[in-house]
Amino acid sequence: MSVIEAPRSPGVRTARKRRVNWEKWGWIYMRVSGVILVVLIFGHLFVNLVAGEGVNAIDFAFVAGKLADPFWIVWDTLLLWLALIHGSNGIRTIINDYANNAIVRRILLGAVLVSTIVLLTLGTLVIYTFDPCPAGAPADLLPSFCPVP
Amino acid sequence: MSNAVMESKPSVPDEIPTFTATLIIRRFDPDVDSEPRWQDFDVELHGTDRVLDALHKIKWEQDGSLTFRRSCAHGVCGSDAMRINGRNRLACKTLIKDLDISQPIYVEAIKGLPLEKDLVVDMEPFFDSFKSVNPFLMAGGLPKDGKERKQSPVERARFDDTTKCILCAACTSSCPVFWTDGQYFGPAAIVNAHRFIFDSRDENAQVRLDILNDKEGVWRCRTTFNCTDACPRGIQVTQAIAEVKQAILRGKP
Repeated sequence: MSVIEAPRSPGVRTARKRRVNWEKWGWIYMRVSGVILVVLIFGHLFVNLVAGEGVNAIDFAFVAGKLADPFWIVWDTLLLWLALIHGSNGIRTIINDYANNAIVRRILLGAVLVSTIVLLTLGTLVIYTFDPCPAGAPADLLPSFCPVP
Repeated sequence: MSNAVMESKPSVPDEIPTFTATLIIRRFDPDVDSEPRWQDFDVELHGTDRVLDALHKIKWEQDGSLTFRRSCAHGVCGSDAMRINGRNRLACKTLIKDLDISQPIYVEAIKGLPLEKDLVVDMEPFFDSFKSVNPFLMAGGLPKDGKERKQSPVERARFDDTTKCILCAACTSSCPVFWTDGQYFGPAAIVNAHRFIFDSRDENAQVRLDILNDKEGVWRCRTTFNCTDACPRGIQVTQAIAEVKQAILRGKP
Protein backbone atom coordinates (compact mmCIF):
# COMPACT_ATOMS: atom_id res chain seq x y z
CA MET A 1 0.00 0.00 0.00
CA SER A 2 1.47 3.28 -1.03
CA VAL A 3 0.60 6.44 0.81
CA ILE A 4 -0.43 9.21 -1.54
CA GLU A 5 1.28 12.50 -0.95
CA ALA A 6 -0.98 15.01 0.73
CA PRO A 7 -2.39 17.14 -2.09
CA ARG A 8 -2.03 20.46 -0.35
CA SER A 9 0.96 20.07 1.88
CA PRO A 10 1.87 23.42 3.38
CA GLY A 11 4.49 25.23 1.38
CA VAL A 12 7.96 25.34 2.84
CA ARG A 13 8.00 28.57 4.78
CA THR A 14 11.33 30.25 4.98
CA ALA A 15 12.07 30.32 8.68
CA ARG A 16 11.43 33.84 9.79
CA LYS A 17 14.38 35.54 11.31
CA ARG A 18 13.79 35.28 15.04
CA ARG A 19 13.90 38.97 15.60
CA VAL A 20 12.07 40.77 18.35
CA ASN A 21 8.45 41.09 17.30
CA TRP A 22 7.91 44.79 17.94
CA GLU A 23 4.25 44.75 16.95
CA LYS A 24 3.53 42.11 19.57
CA TRP A 25 5.52 43.82 22.29
CA GLY A 26 4.02 47.18 21.36
CA TRP A 27 0.56 45.69 21.77
CA ILE A 28 1.45 44.14 25.14
CA TYR A 29 3.07 47.40 26.26
CA MET A 30 -0.14 49.33 25.55
CA ARG A 31 -2.18 46.94 27.71
CA VAL A 32 0.25 46.75 30.62
CA SER A 33 1.12 50.45 30.71
CA GLY A 34 -2.56 51.32 30.34
CA VAL A 35 -3.46 49.46 33.51
CA ILE A 36 -0.59 51.03 35.47
CA LEU A 37 -1.39 54.50 34.08
CA VAL A 38 -4.95 54.31 35.37
CA VAL A 39 -3.56 54.10 38.91
CA LEU A 40 -0.78 56.64 38.35
CA ILE A 41 -2.95 59.26 36.63
CA PHE A 42 -5.87 59.09 39.02
CA GLY A 43 -3.49 59.08 41.99
CA HIS A 44 -1.77 62.15 40.52
CA LEU A 45 -5.06 63.93 39.91
CA PHE A 46 -6.42 63.08 43.36
CA VAL A 47 -3.33 64.30 45.22
CA ASN A 48 -3.08 67.48 43.17
CA LEU A 49 -6.73 68.47 42.86
CA VAL A 50 -8.77 66.84 45.63
CA ALA A 51 -6.69 65.93 48.68
CA GLY A 52 -6.04 68.55 51.37
CA GLU A 53 -6.91 72.06 50.21
CA GLY A 54 -7.72 70.80 46.74
CA VAL A 55 -6.79 72.75 43.66
CA ASN A 56 -6.00 75.91 45.68
CA ALA A 57 -2.94 74.20 47.12
CA ILE A 58 -1.12 74.16 43.79
CA ASP A 59 1.60 76.74 43.58
CA PHE A 60 5.36 76.77 43.08
CA ALA A 61 5.94 75.63 46.64
CA PHE A 62 3.53 72.71 46.25
CA VAL A 63 5.37 71.45 43.15
CA ALA A 64 8.76 72.04 44.75
CA GLY A 65 7.63 70.10 47.79
CA LYS A 66 6.46 67.17 45.70
CA LEU A 67 9.67 67.06 43.71
CA ALA A 68 11.71 66.98 46.92
CA ASP A 69 10.00 63.75 48.00
CA PRO A 70 11.61 60.55 46.61
CA PHE A 71 8.17 58.89 46.49
CA TRP A 72 6.82 61.52 44.11
CA ILE A 73 10.05 61.53 42.11
CA VAL A 74 9.58 57.83 41.38
CA TRP A 75 5.84 58.32 40.76
CA ASP A 76 6.38 61.20 38.33
CA THR A 77 9.19 59.38 36.52
CA LEU A 78 6.96 56.35 35.98
CA LEU A 79 4.10 58.60 34.91
CA LEU A 80 6.32 60.48 32.46
CA TRP A 81 7.88 57.45 30.80
CA LEU A 82 4.84 55.21 30.69
CA ALA A 83 2.47 57.93 29.47
CA LEU A 84 4.81 59.43 26.87
CA ILE A 85 5.75 56.09 25.34
CA HIS A 86 2.12 54.96 25.51
CA GLY A 87 1.03 58.10 23.69
CA SER A 88 3.76 58.06 21.07
CA ASN A 89 3.19 54.37 20.38
CA GLY A 90 -0.47 55.18 19.83
CA ILE A 91 0.46 57.97 17.43
CA ARG A 92 2.82 55.54 15.69
CA THR A 93 -0.01 53.08 15.03
CA ILE A 94 -2.24 55.87 13.76
CA ILE A 95 0.52 57.03 11.40
CA ASN A 96 1.02 53.47 10.18
CA ASP A 97 -2.72 53.21 9.57
CA TYR A 98 -3.27 56.50 7.80
CA ALA A 99 -0.04 57.73 6.18
CA ASN A 100 -0.07 55.94 2.85
CA ASN A 101 2.87 57.76 1.33
CA ALA A 102 6.09 56.04 2.40
CA ILE A 103 8.10 59.26 2.60
CA VAL A 104 5.44 61.11 4.60
CA ARG A 105 5.20 58.14 6.93
CA ARG A 106 8.94 58.10 7.55
CA ILE A 107 8.99 61.83 8.24
CA LEU A 108 6.06 61.62 10.65
CA LEU A 109 7.43 58.56 12.46
CA GLY A 110 10.83 60.26 12.73
CA ALA A 111 9.21 63.40 14.13
CA VAL A 112 7.33 61.38 16.74
CA LEU A 113 10.50 59.53 17.71
CA VAL A 114 12.58 62.71 18.02
CA SER A 115 9.95 64.61 19.98
CA THR A 116 9.45 61.66 22.32
CA ILE A 117 13.14 61.39 23.04
CA VAL A 118 13.47 65.15 23.58
CA LEU A 119 10.47 65.27 25.90
CA LEU A 120 11.61 62.23 27.88
CA THR A 121 15.09 63.70 28.29
CA LEU A 122 13.82 67.14 29.33
CA GLY A 123 11.19 65.70 31.66
CA THR A 124 13.62 63.36 33.37
CA LEU A 125 16.14 66.17 33.75
CA VAL A 126 13.54 68.39 35.38
CA ILE A 127 12.44 65.67 37.81
CA TYR A 128 15.96 64.84 38.96
CA THR A 129 17.77 68.18 38.78
CA PHE A 130 14.99 70.48 39.95
CA ASP A 131 16.19 72.85 42.64
CA PRO A 132 13.73 75.49 43.84
CA CYS A 133 16.47 77.53 45.50
CA PRO A 134 19.47 77.52 43.16
CA ALA A 135 22.60 78.82 44.77
CA GLY A 136 23.75 82.21 43.59
CA ALA A 137 20.41 83.33 42.18
CA PRO A 138 19.31 86.91 42.93
CA ALA A 139 17.22 86.98 46.10
CA ASP A 140 14.23 88.77 44.49
CA LEU A 141 13.74 85.86 42.05
CA LEU A 142 13.68 83.17 44.73
CA PRO A 143 10.43 81.93 46.28
CA SER A 144 9.67 82.99 49.81
CA PHE A 145 10.37 79.62 51.43
CA CYS A 146 14.03 79.58 50.41
CA PRO A 147 16.52 80.07 53.24
CA VAL A 148 17.88 83.60 53.22
CA PRO A 149 21.61 83.45 52.56
CA MET B 1 -56.27 6.54 -2.07
CA SER B 2 -57.89 9.86 -1.78
CA ASN B 3 -56.45 13.17 -2.70
CA ALA B 4 -56.53 15.90 -0.14
CA VAL B 5 -58.90 18.55 -1.34
CA MET B 6 -58.83 22.06 -0.04
CA GLU B 7 -62.25 22.67 1.40
CA SER B 8 -62.19 26.43 1.34
CA LYS B 9 -59.82 28.78 -0.35
CA PRO B 10 -57.39 30.51 2.04
CA SER B 11 -58.40 34.06 2.63
CA VAL B 12 -56.23 36.39 0.62
CA PRO B 13 -56.79 40.11 0.78
CA ASP B 14 -57.79 41.53 -2.59
CA GLU B 15 -54.74 43.67 -2.71
CA ILE B 16 -51.46 43.08 -0.86
CA PRO B 17 -50.37 46.45 0.52
CA THR B 18 -47.30 47.92 -1.09
CA PHE B 19 -45.14 50.93 -0.42
CA THR B 20 -42.65 52.92 -2.42
CA ALA B 21 -39.04 53.09 -1.33
CA THR B 22 -36.27 55.16 -2.81
CA LEU B 23 -32.93 53.51 -3.35
CA ILE B 24 -29.86 55.60 -4.09
CA ILE B 25 -27.29 53.33 -5.66
CA ARG B 26 -23.64 54.11 -6.25
CA ARG B 27 -23.15 53.32 -9.91
CA PHE B 28 -19.86 52.89 -11.71
CA ASP B 29 -19.36 51.76 -15.27
CA PRO B 30 -15.63 51.57 -16.01
CA ASP B 31 -16.30 52.04 -19.74
CA VAL B 32 -18.09 55.35 -19.29
CA ASP B 33 -17.49 56.81 -15.84
CA SER B 34 -14.25 58.11 -14.45
CA GLU B 35 -15.79 58.48 -10.99
CA PRO B 36 -18.65 56.59 -9.33
CA ARG B 37 -21.95 58.47 -9.30
CA TRP B 38 -25.15 58.15 -7.26
CA GLN B 39 -28.39 57.33 -9.04
CA ASP B 40 -31.81 57.06 -7.43
CA PHE B 41 -34.61 54.65 -8.18
CA ASP B 42 -38.19 54.50 -6.86
CA VAL B 43 -39.38 50.95 -6.34
CA GLU B 44 -42.80 49.57 -5.41
CA LEU B 45 -42.26 46.94 -2.72
CA HIS B 46 -44.08 44.57 -0.39
CA GLY B 47 -43.44 44.17 3.30
CA THR B 48 -41.68 40.88 2.69
CA ASP B 49 -39.18 42.31 0.19
CA ARG B 50 -35.49 42.51 0.90
CA VAL B 51 -32.93 44.89 -0.53
CA LEU B 52 -32.03 42.14 -3.01
CA ASP B 53 -35.64 42.05 -4.25
CA ALA B 54 -35.53 45.81 -4.73
CA LEU B 55 -32.32 45.47 -6.74
CA HIS B 56 -33.93 42.73 -8.82
CA LYS B 57 -36.95 44.91 -9.52
CA ILE B 58 -34.66 47.72 -10.64
CA LYS B 59 -32.61 45.43 -12.84
CA TRP B 60 -35.59 43.64 -14.36
CA GLU B 61 -37.99 46.55 -14.74
CA GLN B 62 -36.08 49.82 -14.78
CA ASP B 63 -32.39 49.59 -15.65
CA GLY B 64 -30.95 46.34 -16.92
CA SER B 65 -27.40 47.61 -16.69
CA LEU B 66 -27.41 47.55 -12.88
CA THR B 67 -24.71 45.06 -11.92
CA PHE B 68 -24.45 43.12 -8.68
CA ARG B 69 -23.55 39.64 -7.48
CA ARG B 70 -25.99 37.22 -5.98
CA SER B 71 -26.18 33.47 -6.07
CA CYS B 72 -28.34 31.65 -3.56
CA ALA B 73 -30.28 34.74 -2.43
CA HIS B 74 -30.83 33.16 0.98
CA GLY B 75 -27.85 34.20 3.06
CA VAL B 76 -25.67 31.15 2.52
CA CYS B 77 -23.42 31.81 -0.46
CA GLY B 78 -22.10 35.19 0.63
CA SER B 79 -22.16 36.78 -2.82
CA ASP B 80 -24.25 39.86 -2.17
CA ALA B 81 -22.50 41.65 0.67
CA MET B 82 -22.93 45.38 0.15
CA ARG B 83 -22.93 48.60 2.08
CA ILE B 84 -26.55 49.43 2.91
CA ASN B 85 -27.12 52.77 4.64
CA GLY B 86 -23.43 52.81 5.56
CA ARG B 87 -23.38 49.35 7.11
CA ASN B 88 -22.13 46.16 5.53
CA ARG B 89 -25.03 43.77 5.13
CA LEU B 90 -26.15 40.93 2.91
CA ALA B 91 -28.76 42.34 0.52
CA CYS B 92 -30.68 39.04 0.77
CA LYS B 93 -30.94 39.23 4.57
CA THR B 94 -31.94 42.88 4.93
CA LEU B 95 -35.68 43.50 4.89
CA ILE B 96 -36.63 46.86 3.42
CA LYS B 97 -39.24 47.37 6.14
CA ASP B 98 -36.52 47.15 8.79
CA LEU B 99 -34.82 50.17 7.26
CA ASP B 100 -36.16 53.69 7.61
CA ILE B 101 -38.14 53.99 4.36
CA SER B 102 -39.10 57.60 5.00
CA GLN B 103 -35.50 58.26 4.00
CA PRO B 104 -33.79 57.05 0.84
CA ILE B 105 -31.82 53.82 1.19
CA TYR B 106 -28.19 54.17 0.17
CA VAL B 107 -26.67 51.09 -1.46
CA GLU B 108 -23.04 50.89 -2.52
CA ALA B 109 -20.31 48.33 -3.03
CA ILE B 110 -18.26 47.15 -0.06
CA LYS B 111 -15.24 49.32 0.61
CA GLY B 112 -11.55 48.56 0.60
CA LEU B 113 -11.57 46.27 -2.44
CA PRO B 114 -11.10 47.44 -6.06
CA LEU B 115 -14.43 48.52 -7.56
CA GLU B 116 -15.14 46.76 -10.86
CA LYS B 117 -18.68 47.78 -11.75
CA ASP B 118 -21.67 49.15 -9.80
CA LEU B 119 -21.87 46.84 -6.75
CA VAL B 120 -19.24 44.35 -7.90
CA VAL B 121 -15.74 44.46 -6.44
CA ASP B 122 -12.62 42.45 -7.11
CA MET B 123 -12.53 39.85 -4.33
CA GLU B 124 -9.07 38.50 -5.18
CA PRO B 125 -7.12 40.49 -2.53
CA PHE B 126 -9.64 39.22 0.02
CA PHE B 127 -9.22 35.60 -1.04
CA ASP B 128 -5.43 35.99 -1.20
CA SER B 129 -5.27 36.82 2.51
CA PHE B 130 -7.74 33.99 3.18
CA LYS B 131 -5.45 31.56 1.33
CA SER B 132 -2.34 32.75 3.12
CA VAL B 133 -3.54 31.46 6.52
CA ASN B 134 -3.71 27.84 5.25
CA PRO B 135 -7.47 27.43 5.67
CA PHE B 136 -7.52 23.65 5.52
CA LEU B 137 -6.94 20.79 7.94
CA MET B 138 -3.25 20.08 8.32
CA ALA B 139 -2.88 16.71 9.99
CA GLY B 140 0.19 14.60 9.45
CA GLY B 141 0.22 10.82 9.21
CA LEU B 142 -2.64 8.41 9.60
CA PRO B 143 -5.21 8.65 12.40
CA LYS B 144 -4.65 6.43 15.44
CA ASP B 145 -7.00 3.62 14.44
CA GLY B 146 -6.30 4.18 10.77
CA LYS B 147 -9.88 5.22 10.07
CA GLU B 148 -10.98 8.54 11.45
CA ARG B 149 -9.84 11.47 13.54
CA LYS B 150 -12.21 11.55 16.48
CA GLN B 151 -13.31 14.72 18.20
CA SER B 152 -15.45 15.16 21.28
CA PRO B 153 -18.45 17.52 21.24
CA VAL B 154 -16.58 19.81 23.63
CA GLU B 155 -13.58 19.98 21.31
CA ARG B 156 -15.90 20.69 18.40
CA ALA B 157 -17.71 23.44 20.29
CA ARG B 158 -14.40 25.25 20.86
CA PHE B 159 -14.31 26.56 17.26
CA ASP B 160 -17.99 26.21 16.37
CA ASP B 161 -18.59 29.94 16.03
CA THR B 162 -15.93 30.46 13.39
CA THR B 163 -17.07 27.54 11.23
CA LYS B 164 -20.08 29.63 10.23
CA CYS B 165 -18.09 31.97 7.98
CA ILE B 166 -19.37 32.22 4.40
CA LEU B 167 -16.55 34.45 3.11
CA CYS B 168 -18.84 37.29 2.09
CA ALA B 169 -16.16 39.87 2.98
CA ALA B 170 -18.63 42.00 4.96
CA CYS B 171 -16.33 41.99 7.99
CA THR B 172 -13.03 42.58 6.20
CA SER B 173 -14.46 45.40 4.11
CA SER B 174 -15.93 47.07 7.21
CA CYS B 175 -12.55 47.19 8.94
CA PRO B 176 -10.98 50.67 9.00
CA VAL B 177 -7.50 49.18 9.20
CA PHE B 178 -8.18 47.16 6.05
CA TRP B 179 -9.44 50.30 4.28
CA THR B 180 -6.15 52.10 4.79
CA ASP B 181 -3.81 49.98 2.69
CA GLY B 182 -5.28 46.48 2.38
CA GLN B 183 -2.10 44.91 3.72
CA TYR B 184 -3.81 43.76 6.91
CA PHE B 185 -4.96 40.13 6.80
CA GLY B 186 -8.46 41.27 7.74
CA PRO B 187 -11.03 39.73 10.08
CA ALA B 188 -12.24 37.02 7.69
CA ALA B 189 -8.78 35.50 7.26
CA ILE B 190 -8.22 35.53 11.02
CA VAL B 191 -11.65 33.97 11.65
CA ASN B 192 -10.79 31.13 9.26
CA ALA B 193 -7.37 30.70 10.86
CA HIS B 194 -9.13 30.57 14.24
CA ARG B 195 -11.36 27.79 12.93
CA PHE B 196 -8.30 25.55 12.37
CA ILE B 197 -6.02 26.82 15.14
CA PHE B 198 -8.53 25.66 17.74
CA ASP B 199 -9.44 22.42 15.92
CA SER B 200 -8.17 19.52 18.03
CA ARG B 201 -7.50 17.43 14.89
CA ASP B 202 -5.23 20.02 13.33
CA GLU B 203 -1.52 19.75 14.02
CA ASN B 204 -0.15 22.89 12.46
CA ALA B 205 -1.67 25.62 14.60
CA GLN B 206 1.82 26.98 15.23
CA VAL B 207 2.31 27.68 11.51
CA ARG B 208 -0.84 29.79 11.41
CA LEU B 209 0.01 31.55 14.66
CA ASP B 210 3.40 32.46 13.20
CA ILE B 211 1.75 33.82 10.06
CA LEU B 212 -0.67 35.93 12.10
CA ASN B 213 2.09 37.12 14.45
CA ASP B 214 3.32 39.15 11.49
CA LYS B 215 3.49 42.95 11.30
CA GLU B 216 0.25 42.90 9.27
CA GLY B 217 -1.29 40.19 11.45
CA VAL B 218 -3.55 40.27 14.48
CA TRP B 219 -1.67 43.11 16.17
CA ARG B 220 -3.09 45.59 13.66
CA CYS B 221 -6.58 44.89 14.99
CA ARG B 222 -7.85 48.02 16.77
CA THR B 223 -10.83 46.31 18.39
CA THR B 224 -13.38 48.60 16.75
CA PHE B 225 -16.00 45.80 16.54
CA ASN B 226 -17.05 46.87 13.01
CA CYS B 227 -16.51 43.28 11.89
CA THR B 228 -18.72 41.81 14.61
CA ASP B 229 -21.45 44.28 13.71
CA ALA B 230 -21.15 43.51 10.00
CA CYS B 231 -21.10 39.71 10.17
CA PRO B 232 -24.36 38.38 8.65
CA ARG B 233 -23.77 35.05 10.40
CA GLY B 234 -23.48 36.57 13.85
CA ILE B 235 -19.91 35.39 14.36
CA GLN B 236 -18.21 37.09 17.31
CA VAL B 237 -15.37 38.16 15.02
CA THR B 238 -13.58 40.51 17.40
CA GLN B 239 -13.66 37.86 20.11
CA ALA B 240 -12.16 35.31 17.70
CA ILE B 241 -9.35 37.75 16.87
CA ALA B 242 -8.76 38.34 20.59
CA GLU B 243 -8.55 34.57 21.15
CA VAL B 244 -5.94 34.29 18.40
CA LYS B 245 -3.96 37.11 20.07
CA GLN B 246 -4.13 35.20 23.36
CA ALA B 247 -3.00 32.02 21.62
CA ILE B 248 -0.01 33.83 20.11
CA LEU B 249 0.92 35.20 23.54
CA ARG B 250 0.63 31.71 25.06
CA GLY B 251 2.51 30.20 22.13
CA LYS B 252 -0.11 27.48 21.69
CA PRO B 253 -3.87 27.27 21.08
